[in-house]
Amino acid sequence: MTSEQLEEYLESILDIEEKEGIAKTSAIAKCLKVSPASVTEALQVLAEKGFIHYEPYRGAVLSDRGREAAKKVKRRHRLLEVFLTDVLHINRENVHDEACRMEHTLSDETECALCKLLKAPARCPHGSLIEACDRGVESCSSCLTEKETACGSARDHPLIPLTSLEPGQKGVIAFIRGDNKVVQRLTDLGLTLRTEIALVRKAPLLGPVEISVRKTRLAIDHAIADHVFVQGCGENA
Amino acid sequence: MTGCGDCAGCNRPIPKESPRGEYVVALAGNANVGKSATFNQLTGVDQDIGNWPGKTVERAEGILQHRGQRIRVIDLPGIYSISTLSTEEQVSREFIAHDHPDVVINVIDASSLERNLFFTLQLAELESPLILALNQMDRATESGIAIDLRKLSEILGVPVVPTIAIQGKGIVELSDAVLTAIRSRPKPHTLEYGREVEDRIRKIMAFLPAGAGGYPPRWTAIKLLEGDSDTVWEAKKQSPEAVRAARDSAEELEKMHGEPVGMVLSGERYHVAEQIVSDVMTIHTRSGNHPSLTDRIDRIALHPVMGYILLVLAIGGLLGWTFIIGAWISDFLTAFLAGIAPLHPLVNGSVADIIFNGAWTGLVAALTLIIPYVIPFYLFLSLIEDSGFLTRFSLMLDRGMHKLGLHGKAIIPLILGFGCSVPACFACRIIESPKQKYIAAFLVTLVPCSARIIVILSVVAVFVNIWWALALFIFEFILIVILGRVAFRVIPGESVGMIMEMPDYHIPSFPVVLSQTWGRTRSLIWIVLPAYVIGSIGITAAYAAGLLGPVNAVLSPVTVVLLGLPAVTGIVFVFGIIRKEMTILTLAALFGTTVFSTVLTPVQLIVFALVTMIYVPCLSTILALAQEFGWKQAILICLLEIVLAVGIGAVAFRVLSLFL
Repeated sequence: MTSEQLEEYLESILDIEEKEGIAKTSAIAKCLKVSPASVTEALQVLAEKGFIHYEPYRGAVLSDRGREAAKKVKRRHRLLEVFLTDVLHINRENVHDEACRMEHTLSDETECALCKLLKAPARCPHGSLIEACDRGVESCSSCLTEKETACGSARDHPLIPLTSLEPGQKGVIAFIRGDNKVVQRLTDLGLTLRTEIALVRKAPLLGPVEISVRKTRLAIDHAIADHVFVQGCGENA
Repeated sequence: MTGCGDCAGCNRPIPKESPRGEYVVALAGNANVGKSATFNQLTGVDQDIGNWPGKTVERAEGILQHRGQRIRVIDLPGIYSISTLSTEEQVSREFIAHDHPDVVINVIDASSLERNLFFTLQLAELESPLILALNQMDRATESGIAIDLRKLSEILGVPVVPTIAIQGKGIVELSDAVLTAIRSRPKPHTLEYGREVEDRIRKIMAFLPAGAGGYPPRWTAIKLLEGDSDTVWEAKKQSPEAVRAARDSAEELEKMHGEPVGMVLSGERYHVAEQIVSDVMTIHTRSGNHPSLTDRIDRIALHPVMGYILLVLAIGGLLGWTFIIGAWISDFLTAFLAGIAPLHPLVNGSVADIIFNGAWTGLVAALTLIIPYVIPFYLFLSLIEDSGFLTRFSLMLDRGMHKLGLHGKAIIPLILGFGCSVPACFACRIIESPKQKYIAAFLVTLVPCSARIIVILSVVAVFVNIWWALALFIFEFILIVILGRVAFRVIPGESVGMIMEMPDYHIPSFPVVLSQTWGRTRSLIWIVLPAYVIGSIGITAAYAAGLLGPVNAVLSPVTVVLLGLPAVTGIVFVFGIIRKEMTILTLAALFGTTVFSTVLTPVQLIVFALVTMIYVPCLSTILALAQEFGWKQAILICLLEIVLAVGIGAVAFRVLSLFL
C-alpha cells in the first residue's frame, strides 16, 4: 500500500467516523469508490500498522496515531484548497480534487509556509474548520500574533490549549477555534485575542475549567476550552 | 418589524408629559450584577411577573413611585451582549428599539467594569436615553478599585450613579436621576472604533435611509457588518446596496484579521472598553494577598471530594426539609380543608354535587401541593441560587450531565423537578441549545415530583416496605440516565457545552429571594390551579354521566392482562392524569378503604406505583410542555411515557410475581 492510499483511507475514515461514530467497510468503499473486498484488505494492513482499531463486520475507528495522521492530511488538504481558491483563483468546484492529489506530497516546511502566507486561515472555502497545527507553532503563530504581548515574544512560549495550563498559571489568548456561535459567546464574555487569562481551577474528571478574565470568573466546558489556544506565560505574577 | 405604527418616529420631540400617560424605564445589564436587587429596590413589592409576548422569557414589571411621579419599570433579561441571537437578547433589543423606553438604566458591576462596559457600548449604539447605575460599589472599594465617576460620565455622555442595591444605597439618587433624565434625555456619545472598522461602518451607513426598521442607522450598519440575520433580512428589501457593502466589508475585515467578523467587532468593543477603564479606574494594591471569601469557600465547594459531599448534603437537605416541613403542613391543611367539605372523589349523587366535588377536590389538590411542598422547596432553592452555590453545583455536575447529553446548568431544572415538574419545564429555558432543552424537559417529566413521591411513599413504603420504595426511586434514576443517553443519540441537533459565569458568593438578599419564590409560585398557580379544577370537574362529571364506566372495559387489556391489576385501576389512571396523587384518593374511594394491602397484593402495589410514576406527565405539566415546545412535542413525550410505563409495568409484573 502506498503512503498516498494510506492517507486517503485515513482521511475517509476520519470523515465517516465524525458523522457516524464508526466507519463501516461499505461506507469507506462508497466514499473511495473501491470494492468492499479491497477495503477489508486495506483495513487489515492499517490495523497492523496501528493506525486503526478494526473489527470485522463492525468497522474501523482511528487510533490516536491514525487520528493524528488523518488530521494532518486534512489540514493540508484544506490549506491547499484555500491557496488554490484565494491565491490562484481556481474554480471552487475543482479545488477539492486538485487538493486531494497535492496533499500527499506536501512537506512540513511547505505546509508551514503556506499557513503563513494565507495568514493561518480558520476555514476552508467550503466552510470546514482548519485545525491548528500541532508542531512548529512558533512559525505559524508569528503571523497570528502580530504585536508583542505582555508575555514576551511568541518564540519563548509555545501555543497550548487553555486546558493545558496549570491552576494559577496565566496565558494570553492566541486564537479560538470551534463553532461560530460558541466563539462569539466567548468573545462577548471578554475572551478576545491577546487578552490575558488565568486558569483558576480544573474540575475533576475532565469537568469544566474555571478561568479568570477581565476581573470576572467563568466556567467553560472542557471540550470548548480545549479549542482556546493560549500562549503560556508561566506562574501567577 | 412593524411595531412602529403609532410611533411618532425616532427623532420625536422631547415630551413635556409622556404621551403614554406614564413614563417607562427599562433596566438592562449583565446577569449577576444586582439587577434584580435594583429592580426590587425601585419598585418594592408591587411587581408583575409574566412572559414576553410570544416568547418564553420571563418579564418582570413594577411601578416606581417617586416625588409624585408614577414610572413603570421593566426588568429586561440579564445578558452579556446583543450580538448573538438568543431570545433574551432579541427581547431586549426589540424592547429598547420599538417600545422607546423613556430611559434605559444600565446596571453595572463596578468590580468588573470592562466586561460591563462592553454591553454599555452596545446599549449606547441603540441610542436610547441612558443612565449608568454603578452597582456593588462597596465590593469594588473592598478590592481596591477606585472609579472616577465624573470622568466616566463625561466620556459616555450620560449620568453615572453609584449604588449598593442590596443595602438600598443610592436608590433615591438613582430615582432622582431617572426623573431628570426623562426630561433631559441624555443621549450617549458615539464612541468610535478603530479606523478600519469605522470607515466601513460609515460606508454602509451612507446606503441606509434614516430610521429604517426603527433602529438607529449606525446600529443597523454595525449589525449588517456583523451579518446579523434579522437585520440583513430587514434591510434586503429597503437597501440591498447596504447589505452588499456590508458583506464586502465583512469579507475584507475577515481577511485582514483572519477571524470571523463578529470576533473582530467584539475585539474592537473591548478595546474601547479597555481604554475607558484605563482612563477612569485606578487599582490600589491591597495590603497582603489574602484570598477572598469566594476563594476560601470555593476551596471546599469545588473540592473533588468535599465538593460532592456538600452537594449531596445540600440536595438531600433540600428534599428532606421540603418533605418534613411539607408533610407537617400538608396534614394540617388537609385536615382543615376536609372539615369544610369532603375530599374523596364523589362517584354518585346529584350533578351539582358532583361538579362541586370536582372543583373542590381540584382546588384542594392544588393547594395541598403548592403550599406545603412547593413553596418551602422554592424558598430553599432560591437561597442556594442567590448565594452562588447553585452555579458551583452546576460546575461539579457538568461531567455527569454530559452522560445524559446535557451540561451542568441542567441540574437546575432537574432539581426543580423534585418539587413540581411545571416550573422545572420552564426552567429548561436556561439551556441554550434546543436539543438539550428538549432532552432536559423530557427527563424532568421523569424526575419524581412531590406528588409522585407521595404516591410511592403512601402505597409502597407503607404497605410493602421502605426498601421497595427506595428501589423504585433508584430504578427511576437509572431509567433517567438510560433514556437521557438514548435521547441524546436519537434527537437530532447539536449539543453545546457550558459557558457560565461564576459569581462571587454573597449573603442572599431577602427581598430578591422572596420575590423569586413568589414569582415562581405564581406562574405555577396560573397553570396548575385552572388545570386541576377544570380537569377535575370534567373527569368527575364524565364519570358521573357514566362515560367513564366503559373506560375500565376498554383499558382492561392493558390494566388486567398486561399489568395484572384490577380492572378499576383503569379509571384510577385516568384520574391520575389530573394529578398523580389523585390516584390514591380515587383508589381509596373505589375500594372504600385506605388500607391498600387488603385489596392489592404486594406485586400489584409495586406495579401500580411504578406505572403511576412513569405513565404520563400530569395535565399541568403537559400544558407547560405544550407552551414551551408545542403540542406535537408534548404529545410525543406523553405517548412515549405511556408505552414505557406499560412495557416496564408488564415486565415488572411478570418478574416480581416469580419471587414475591
